[in-house]
Amino acid sequence: MIFKVFKKQELARLYELLAVNVIVGPVAKGNDRNGKPLYDFDVVYDFDELALDYTQTVHSPKRFVLPYQETLSTFAITREGWEKHVDINVYRPLVFFGMHACDINALNKLDLVLAQSTYPNPYYMGKRKNLFIIGIDCNPEPQCFCRSMGTDSAIHGFDLFLTDLGGKYFAEILSATAFDLLSQIKCTDPSAKELALYKHTTKEKSTRYTATVDTSDLTKILDLEFESTAWDAWGEKCLSCGTCANVCPTCYCYGVEEHVDLDLQHANKTKSLHSCNLIDFAKVAGGHNFRPTSASRLKYRYYHKHRGFVEAFEESLCVGCGRCGAACLADITPPAVIASVRGKE
Amino acid sequence: MSPQLSYLGVPLARPKVGFFELSSCEGCQLQLLNNEATLLDFLNLVEIVNFREGMSERADTYDIAFVEGSVTRKDEIARLTAIRKNAKILVALGSCACFGGVNQLKNRFRDLDWVKKEVYGDFPIETMEVHPLKDFVQVDLEIFGCPIKKEEVERIVTDLVVGKAVHHPEYPVCMECKANENICLFELGEPCLGPITRAGCDSWCTSNRRGCWGCRGPAEGANFKQLEEIMHTYGFSSETILDRLECFGGFASFADAVRSPNKKTPARRKKS
Ligand code: SF4
Ligand code: SF4
Ligand code: SF4
Ligand code: SF4
Ligand code: SF4
Repeated sequence: MIFKVFKKQELARLYELLAVNVIVGPVAKGNDRNGKPLYDFDVVYDFDELALDYTQTVHSPKRFVLPYQETLSTFAITREGWEKHVDINVYRPLVFFGMHACDINALNKLDLVLAQSTYPNPYYMGKRKNLFIIGIDCNPEPQCFCRSMGTDSAIHGFDLFLTDLGGKYFAEILSATAFDLLSQIKCTDPSAKELALYKHTTKEKSTRYTATVDTSDLTKILDLEFESTAWDAWGEKCLSCGTCANVCPTCYCYGVEEHVDLDLQHANKTKSLHSCNLIDFAKVAGGHNFRPTSASRLKYRYYHKHRGFVEAFEESLCVGCGRCGAACLADITPPAVIASVRGKE
Repeated sequence: MSPQLSYLGVPLARPKVGFFELSSCEGCQLQLLNNEATLLDFLNLVEIVNFREGMSERADTYDIAFVEGSVTRKDEIARLTAIRKNAKILVALGSCACFGGVNQLKNRFRDLDWVKKEVYGDFPIETMEVHPLKDFVQVDLEIFGCPIKKEEVERIVTDLVVGKAVHHPEYPVCMECKANENICLFELGEPCLGPITRAGCDSWCTSNRRGCWGCRGPAEGANFKQLEEIMHTYGFSSETILDRLECFGGFASFADAVRSPNKKTPARRKKS
């Protein structure tokens, strides 16, 4: 990795250099009922729209690589027979300006399933490969437990990562594109003092996490606690609403539906993201539901994230961003659920 | 209208379709006429034999009868029974037909004579307690919504014509709301029935920053107890909850449970 340092005002120049592309970044979305500012990712048209000191976006960056709904193919009846048209829906590269470490790690986890598997998903790959990602350091929020999940810093999956050193940014460069780009703005090699400041900044940040999840032996504990009554208690609260999966940067489950157009001459195949908490998630042809209770569905959400995925990939399918808990109206949060299953509550 | 309807080269019968309205605002039927872009395709797919909103001729045999509105007068029971007799498939179109709709608000008053006097003054008309269609006839398919979503009806009609099973979403509005990346209205200080209301409207209201009033009725397995707790946590009173639960009729039994927590599903309606 190559490290550089540049003055903060240079960042606007960097933005201008990239502005020939579509740029997505964190933007302010008003305040919640308690006056707390809200943020989300959106397309930006001006550097000043970016809220780089954002806390956490309500929704994850997922939709830019994994849209909630996507037409996979369309069909048309022709004189000779029929035609199929496939469009992977990638029209141009996308610059992500200001992504936190958790979300970068979430994309890396999605890659394990959707890009590095035996059958890579072209719709995902097309979008993912066309991303230029600038990461930026963050301020831990009360719901963040990324440090417990080992995802509080990103070691790959970005082009450039910026850490705020006060008047300057400390830049980690991971791609040739990023290197070329930085050569067009004024930057220097970090001085010994700046390196010390960088180390101090990251160390200080690591002391500011309040939420934690004890992941030691978690796969085994989950196996042992399959019948725990804790699941029933959480199941009783769960609304089976799917919000947790929708805001989660790593949930990728989906359903595919085929629709015939009103003219009976055209049809389409559309993919929609699903959630394992939804009542019909495990319903099969004939009407049998493998997970009829909200408790069993909620349990399997945790089993996929913290057991099944770990067994398959030696890491969990959760980056500890805490969005699911923050968005859950029933106040079901991973730290509380896992602690209760461990018998700590 | 092309002479022969066909799908994948297989000839299909064009179903004879009738639209009927009982007590309603006719908004659901108007929704169907609303989209000029697809109207011709829709008209090509079915043979409409009865549609007061759109034509003056009428016939009395039909494969599919779409009935909008709720039953609020005795003569409507007779009309509904006759429609049922003439139709192979009877579809309850919209929340009035499915649950009683906004009309059933009057059922919430104990004294229906008082209601009549307040509304009609010295010109009383014969009305009774409001009922959904299923209180009197067998309903084969329900299309929820106040109003219905035209795209949904078009999809359902297409499925009926090509012989596909018709499915409604079983999950609640939140699922669509979050897929539309809305910021939850509870966080913005507004109440919402989205967590317990059946999806399918593509979060029509919440995407326009209005809390859901539950026009599509309950989602499968709706966790009302939890929503009630959430409402209270966010500072909304039982009255606020009741206002919404009682608006369209789909949540009538839920509302009754709030009013008298000991009686879970009280016999609210007397069958007439
Ligand atoms: S855990 Fe919370 S967000 Fe997830 S489905 Fe249950 S109620 Fe909804
Ligand atoms: S499960 Fe929750 S905490 Fe973990 S990555 Fe998903 S949203 Fe974030
Ligand atoms: S099974 Fe559940 S937790 Fe796992 S990716 Fe799918 S929706 Fe997310
Ligand atoms: S606004 Fe309503 S529908 Fe949307 S997420 Fe919140 S509760 Fe659910
Ligand atoms: S958001 Fe609620 S009230 Fe609005 S259309 Fe949908 S179901 Fe009906």
